[in-house]
Amino acid sequence: MLVLEKRPEPSALWRWLAPILAVVLTLVAGGVMFAILGKDPLAAIRMIFWDPLFNETFAAYARPQLLVKAAPLILIALGLSFGFRANIWNIGAEGQYIMGALAAAGVALALYPLDAWWLFPLMIVAGALGGFLWAMIPAFLRTRFGTNEILVSLMLVYVAEAFQAAMALGPMRNPEGHGFPGSRNLQDYPAAHNAELVAGTGMHWGVVTALLAVVIGHIVLNRHLFGFQVRLTGQAPKAARFAGVDADRLVVICLGISGALAGLAGMFEISGPSGQVSIDFNIGYGFTAIIVAFLGRLHPIGILLAGLLMALSYIGGELAQFGLGVPAAAIKALQGMLLFFLLGVDVFTNYRLRWQPGRAG
Amino acid sequence: MDLSAIDPLVLLASLMVAATPIMLAGIGELVVEKSGVLNLGVEGMMITGAICGFAVAVETGSPALGFLAAAAGGAVLALLFGILTQFLLSNQVATGLALTLFGLGLSALIGQSYIGIKPPHFDQLDIPLLKDLPVLGLVLFRHDVIVYLALGLVVGVWWFLGRSRAGLVLRAIGENHDAAHALGYKVMRVRMLAIVFGGALAGLGGAYISLVRVPQWTEGMTAGAGWIALALVVFASWRPLRLALGAWLFGGITVLQLNLQAAGVAIPIQYLSMSPYIATILVLAFLSSRSGRAALDAPASLGKPFHASS
Amino acid sequence: MSDAPLLVVDGITKRYPGVVANDHVSFDVGRAEIHALLGENGAGKSTLVKIIYGLVQPDEGRMTLEGASYTPAEPREARAAGIAMVFQHFSLFEALSVAENIALGMEDPPPMNALSARIREVSAAYGLPLDPERLVGELSAGERQRVEIIRCLLQEPRLLIMDEPTSVLTPQEVEILFRTLRRLREEGRSILYISHKLEEIRALCDRATILRLGKVVASCDPRACSARELAEMMVGSSFTQPERTQRPFGDVVLEVEGLDLPAGSPFGTSLKDISFRVRAGEILGIGGVAGNGQEELLAALSGERVTAAEAVRLGGEPIGRLTPNPRRARGLLSAPEERLGHAAAPDMTLTENAMMTGAVRRRLVERGFLRWQAARRFAEEIVHRFDVRTPGVGHVARSLSGGNLQKFVIGREILQAPRALVVNQPTWGVDAAAAAAIRQALIDLANKGVAVVVISQDLDELLEISDSFAALNAGRLSAPRPTEGLGIDEIGLLMGGVHGAAPSSAENERPGETV
Repeated sequence: MLVLEKRPEPSALWRWLAPILAVVLTLVAGGVMFAILGKDPLAAIRMIFWDPLFNETFAAYARPQLLVKAAPLILIALGLSFGFRANIWNIGAEGQYIMGALAAAGVALALYPLDAWWLFPLMIVAGALGGFLWAMIPAFLRTRFGTNEILVSLMLVYVAEAFQAAMALGPMRNPEGHGFPGSRNLQDYPAAHNAELVAGTGMHWGVVTALLAVVIGHIVLNRHLFGFQVRLTGQAPKAARFAGVDADRLVVICLGISGALAGLAGMFEISGPSGQVSIDFNIGYGFTAIIVAFLGRLHPIGILLAGLLMALSYIGGELAQFGLGVPAAAIKALQGMLLFFLLGVDVFTNYRLRWQPGRAG
Repeated sequence: MDLSAIDPLVLLASLMVAATPIMLAGIGELVVEKSGVLNLGVEGMMITGAICGFAVAVETGSPALGFLAAAAGGAVLALLFGILTQFLLSNQVATGLALTLFGLGLSALIGQSYIGIKPPHFDQLDIPLLKDLPVLGLVLFRHDVIVYLALGLVVGVWWFLGRSRAGLVLRAIGENHDAAHALGYKVMRVRMLAIVFGGALAGLGGAYISLVRVPQWTEGMTAGAGWIALALVVFASWRPLRLALGAWLFGGITVLQLNLQAAGVAIPIQYLSMSPYIATILVLAFLSSRSGRAALDAPASLGKPFHASS
Repeated sequence: MSDAPLLVVDGITKRYPGVVANDHVSFDVGRAEIHALLGENGAGKSTLVKIIYGLVQPDEGRMTLEGASYTPAEPREARAAGIAMVFQHFSLFEALSVAENIALGMEDPPPMNALSARIREVSAAYGLPLDPERLVGELSAGERQRVEIIRCLLQEPRLLIMDEPTSVLTPQEVEILFRTLRRLREEGRSILYISHKLEEIRALCDRATILRLGKVVASCDPRACSARELAEMMVGSSFTQPERTQRPFGDVVLEVEGLDLPAGSPFGTSLKDISFRVRAGEILGIGGVAGNGQEELLAALSGERVTAAEAVRLGGEPIGRLTPNPRRARGLLSAPEERLGHAAAPDMTLTENAMMTGAVRRRLVERGFLRWQAARRFAEEIVHRFDVRTPGVGHVARSLSGGNLQKFVIGREILQAPRALVVNQPTWGVDAAAAAAIRQALIDLANKGVAVVVISQDLDELLEISDSFAALNAGRLSAPRPTEGLGIDEIGLLMGGVHGAAPSSAENERPGETV
């Protein structure tokens, strides 16, 4: 029979091969799913993964969107990756994203219609702080009482969503909005608007921040003591403690980083592409970023690539929705599948298959 | 605002109903965790059960068949989790999250043609004689069969874990899988069974929301019930009877805030609807603050991967 | 007295990637015989008994039990055939009761009440008292072994396999165990006794089969061989034993006084009022059976657990509140027992593992940034100086053998030039040659004037290298005494906690200065 056998050392080859194989398997399974839905599998896959980039009709719209959609995913996933490596599971990035956006929008709306150069930087600080503080709730409860941060951070997503609805209907409602829910649109408020830096590229301050974060993240992970402590804690918690790592401090920093980056992502989104606090302006970046983080092997460069791929699936999904009538939910299922396949094939990084002859006698 | 509109007896009766989904999912997850596996995909299995049950009930006109399909749907998803974590040794936390994300997408996909439809009515049992008892009749004896099934399962799991040989083996595996393996017990087989059982119950719980509690289909309608079920297991210190108590407590909070909303309390409903989640956080924090106890109650092998290397 | 042997093992071979664990192993166990299986760590003893117990399937070879072919596919079949096993690392469940644990090891256990009664009955009959209702997590190592033995005895086994049973027992408990085993032999049962302790085997066993590198190299009557002969058969060659030298001691370097520490885990041990002093150049051996506070003591000294500031002093400075790295900066280094996962990170390279504890004293970190080149050089230096067998420092820790990784771990601390070094179980599960090298390195370190604390469950090791000796029992430490002239009986009493009555008597007031 076939048995799994632990490799003496993790396979460097499979570390790279696993995500690629996972993508291939997802395409195959996705094709089957599209066929079941009665769509042409090849056409659907082509429309999702090829047309946004290379089809002349769509590329003009879709290419800039790639950066717009990838930036928040990369920012959030990068923040999560440090915690995930250290077995600190912040899965409430969606909530931190919302709170960051609300904090930033709150600053802008409170100062409306002030026109000052420092407004936008202030919003950035507020956004990061909003996400950071929201993440400090699970951090405090875990370090002080040992409460499970998975459940707390997740519960806080629902709280944040309710809070956002309350804001959109209450304090942040547009006084000139004729009673409709939702705030003023920050796109119409130049001092607070996160506009495109180069027209037609999708490049905005959030994209710049995300790319910067990838570079810094890469350096911290490989060259800085903090990155080493994170890796050590994830692989061998007792050894980390022996090496002098303060576990509580690490929890606070990891949750803080992921909260702040998620908050930043929310800030850039609310002041730019989304523009407006509404009862449901969040579209699940905080959860998709979990997939991005794993698909990118919790590695900054990998996250950059995975974020672009996932953004592509969003944009292509929209195209396929209009072009072929592929339901939006199919893309979500596709993304979930991707993570499944990745986790499945990842086994070959640490194990190999061996044929073991049936037992004697 | 008119608080007198809230009838305490009706409140108690609807508490029984509100507690049922998380009680089902929670007791299933309790068995899974007792075997040493942490499946964070309860939310995904619940929502899958919710749509499978809803779709089959609508297509066949039979809520009973719907519930069966829901259990099957949850079990299939759980099987996927089992294969990944037990045979391919994937990280249980990550796989559980993947299960939830996948379940949310899959259910939305299946459910797109069921939005706005009413499911067939699921009858109450109305236990003869008992249902006419004053007070108790309304609170306890005018429910549908699933409410009693959930209670029965809680008692059944309590008996199974505490009194039966198979339950002892399951607990032993959750406590120390290497020792159990050394004694010749089939760690993977027992865990797979537990995982599938947990998935089936989560599916049932989900279907109870879409077929009875609401009853209709909307995307993401479980709204964190699966996560509350997970919290419930911690709350219960992995003890079945305490889990039922916790389910009623959370059910009570949900029902109460819904009633307050209906009664038009001068608090925006968004703040009221936060309350079950905030209550969960507070309870978790309070429980874990009495540290030491929790560490003793949790199965020692919980969440750790098992690979029979020798 | 046996006509035909009970169990015949014939040509058993088992291969694992890179190693042949058993290479055509053949031997037999007679009826009513205590048969020793002797060999070093890694000789293949454990694999062999797992095959006999049905946990592992051989690639080749066959076994017969009472003349009939015996091919257990799983432990259940082995038990049904009358073979029972007491594991080295107990297969027990801490959060379950004694009775539940025993029920799990039986094919067809009676109802709990009846089982509890039987447990009381059998345990009394064999002089191994046990309370069936207690949680196993609350029992001492010796008591846990009783649970395993009773579990086996309730099944009326014909062959009882015992894997290194005495490694967790005090000398007195060993005597009780041997009485039980001899009684079982008188009842006509056979025992397969796995050990690497030669004196024990000579005292107890009727025959011995000696394994080396997976092969049977000899078979003999251990009572007719000297320990030295047995050792040579086991190891294959002689190697230099560590040399003890007389050396002058300097000032007190490490001082522990009135150290209290609550248990860190649900079934852990709390430390109570521990006091000792170690001088420059002195090796203090701390003996005791597993689970009596060794891990906690190491954690309190390494800084993984902090205590009252005054409870631990290094060169007079109170350091009880300091965490590991500040302690390292001051020269107090340590090496915990568990190599993979505590002293070293299994999936990290040797370079990264060198970085792990060497960062402070070897200046491998500069303003928060890691100097990988320097760490690599440090790792290479350890590998070179301590003869660590590895293809290179880029390989992960778990790819090394136990002995080589242990040399790396100890070497990593020694090369940081400590003022005081604390090690726990420095040679546990390590082959004889590596063990000798490690002991020599510790002695050399003391010769250079470093204060060394060796916590170990191996009494022979402590008697061999330590200058003074103290025993840990239930979280209390006896007053240290000079090792020279200390008899095994006396040590046994210390380990059994007889000292516990009078820790503050006058003669114990100056611990460590009695040499």
